[in-house]
Amino acid sequence: MRNTKRYGFAFILLAALLLLLLLVNVCAGSVAIPLADALRILTGQGGDGTYRDIILQIRFPRALAAIILGGALALSGYLLQTFFHNPIAGPFILGISSGAKLVVALAMVGALEFSYSLSSLGMILAAFVGAMISMGFVLLMSRLVDQMSMLIVSGVMIGYICSAITDFVVTFADDSNIVNLHNWSQGSFSGITWSNVGMMTVVVFLAFACVFLLSKPLSAYQMGESYARNMGLNIPVFRALLVILSSILSACVTAFAGPVSFVGIAVPHLVKSLFGTAKPILMIPACFLGGAAFCLFCDLLARLLFAPTELSISTVTAVFGAPVVIYIMVRRRQGKAA
Amino acid sequence: MSEEYYFHTEGLTIGYDGTPLIRDICLRLKKGEILTLIGPNGAGKTTILKSLIRQLAPLAGTVYLDGKELSAMSGHELSTKMSVVLTERVRPEMMTCEDVVATGRYPYTGRFGVLTEEDRRIVQESMELVHIGDLADRDFTRTSDGQKQRVMLARAICQEPEILVLDEPTSFLDMKHKLEFLSILQDMTRTRRLSVILSLHELDLAERISDQVACVRGDHIARFGPPEEIFTSGHIPELFGLTVGSYDARTGDVELAAVQGEPQVFVLGGCGSATPIYRRLQREGTPFATGILWENDLDYPAAKALASRVLSVPAFTEAGEDILQEARTLMERCPRILCPPELTQQPNLPPCLRELIRQRTITE
Repeated sequence: MRNTKRYGFAFILLAALLLLLLLVNVCAGSVAIPLADALRILTGQGGDGTYRDIILQIRFPRALAAIILGGALALSGYLLQTFFHNPIAGPFILGISSGAKLVVALAMVGALEFSYSLSSLGMILAAFVGAMISMGFVLLMSRLVDQMSMLIVSGVMIGYICSAITDFVVTFADDSNIVNLHNWSQGSFSGITWSNVGMMTVVVFLAFACVFLLSKPLSAYQMGESYARNMGLNIPVFRALLVILSSILSACVTAFAGPVSFVGIAVPHLVKSLFGTAKPILMIPACFLGGAAFCLFCDLLARLLFAPTELSISTVTAVFGAPVVIYIMVRRRQGKAA
Repeated sequence: MSEEYYFHTEGLTIGYDGTPLIRDICLRLKKGEILTLIGPNGAGKTTILKSLIRQLAPLAGTVYLDGKELSAMSGHELSTKMSVVLTERVRPEMMTCEDVVATGRYPYTGRFGVLTEEDRRIVQESMELVHIGDLADRDFTRTSDGQKQRVMLARAICQEPEILVLDEPTSFLDMKHKLEFLSILQDMTRTRRLSVILSLHELDLAERISDQVACVRGDHIARFGPPEEIFTSGHIPELFGLTVGSYDARTGDVELAAVQGEPQVFVLGGCGSATPIYRRLQREGTPFATGILWENDLDYPAAKALASRVLSVPAFTEAGEDILQEARTLMERCPRILCPPELTQQPNLPPCLRELIRQRTITE
């Protein structure tokens, strides 16, 4: 009973935080919009024309993208941590984001050659292919070296290799498109359109639903593979599902916002501490809410801190996310010594 | 014939990556029986258990559970019949002991794994059965190895299995908890007709708890049968390749290697009074002789294992003059003679011992 109260409180806290940040994101910016106007526009009760355009064409879709992609990223991180039994696994650190980025960059540049622009779905597919290739490398490495730290190191290396090739491709891309591609390859929520939002909503929502249906097997898998197998879990199928779902989620993020660092590690950890449990059935929605709020907050800072210059989203997420990773590693070390 | 066995294997050959390790394993177990695997380190006990619980696919042969082929069962069906306690370390994140135990209910909960009142009651009962009620809210990672082991047993019990497979479950337990742990298993075989397969290093416990014992030795099962057939002299030392020290099949006692050489001390013994002296002399590295012992005396097994010379008489017979004479000469030759005080206080000492004690007092 005591726990139920805590979980309820934590969910309400996350939801309230999300709502608050959403409103701030919509109102704040180079043109400050009063809250009353913003609310009127969002609820469809008319309002100033310029404000309307700023909110409905730029800020609101961007904030929605931050919510959906932030949630997807945190969820993807949570799945990878469960999969590898490793608290500092995440799509960025394992090189999955970078792999997705590489294939998307190749696809975009290739499409530009033929003066053809890639659709949202095409971007997601390209990113998914890249994510699966990186994931394949990481899985291969995890077979070869049975050590958590080596897994991370190999993931980081894959990330560097992919980023290097991406930079190479971007450098030689057609001049007029470099700026756009360059921004994206650094990670940013800017330039999101409503059609982007529609597509990511469908993909992420479907993936989320699948993950939620996996919450029971996830809880078995947390007990280790041998016990999970004894509980009747089909390990190969389950592992494949985890790989595919986490790749879809991180691919979707990369396709629209480029690589976003540390959200996948930091958010699940913070959410676990807030709830005081790691039960999948609670963690899946909680990580989504937490990731959404975290990305809204970071995107706000990315836009506002040095306005009109925009920071890349990874710059901000790293500032808040990296210390969390360091904290986890230090605490694990202490836990082992004790 | 196979009907009456709840669990049995036929011509099972197991190993890793296609390389056979142990061939032709034939084990049979009825409902409510306990089967123990014993054998030296690295003999393949864990590998066998892994194959029996379907974590490792057999290279040949079949495992039958409740009349069905194990390989043909669905994961869910198997999970409602069999639960396990493994040596694999579990490091669940932020789970209390109660949470860990509750994972045993997995096969019975719904789509999202939400526990019903009934599930919670069974979790409670299982925890009380293994006396870990007080650990319920403790973080699992903050318990001792012995406590973890008992939590995992409670987990396995609350899975409500018909057969329980445990890999060296007593390794981290102290004596009290070893006995408690095995008593719980024995109790469940009686009350719930639970079948148990486990591996043990403690031969004395294996002999006492098992209905069937399988001796795993490298590439085959050296012996399989009830403990009274297995624990006969000669076989156990051979199984373990015992070259140093000795093992007493009757008591399960082990003794370190006897000190060889001309006896320096003669120990008068009987009624178990001299065993501590034998062991002390062995520690000091002093060769000794002892007598006169009847072969059914409590001191006899230790004497036989540790003394360089034992003067003994068959049980229920009188000691003859010749053995008494031999004892006298030995006593004269030994620089030191020891007699446990308890022995002299025995009211019904046989005449020959009484005489040797008298001779000792005279020499001194």
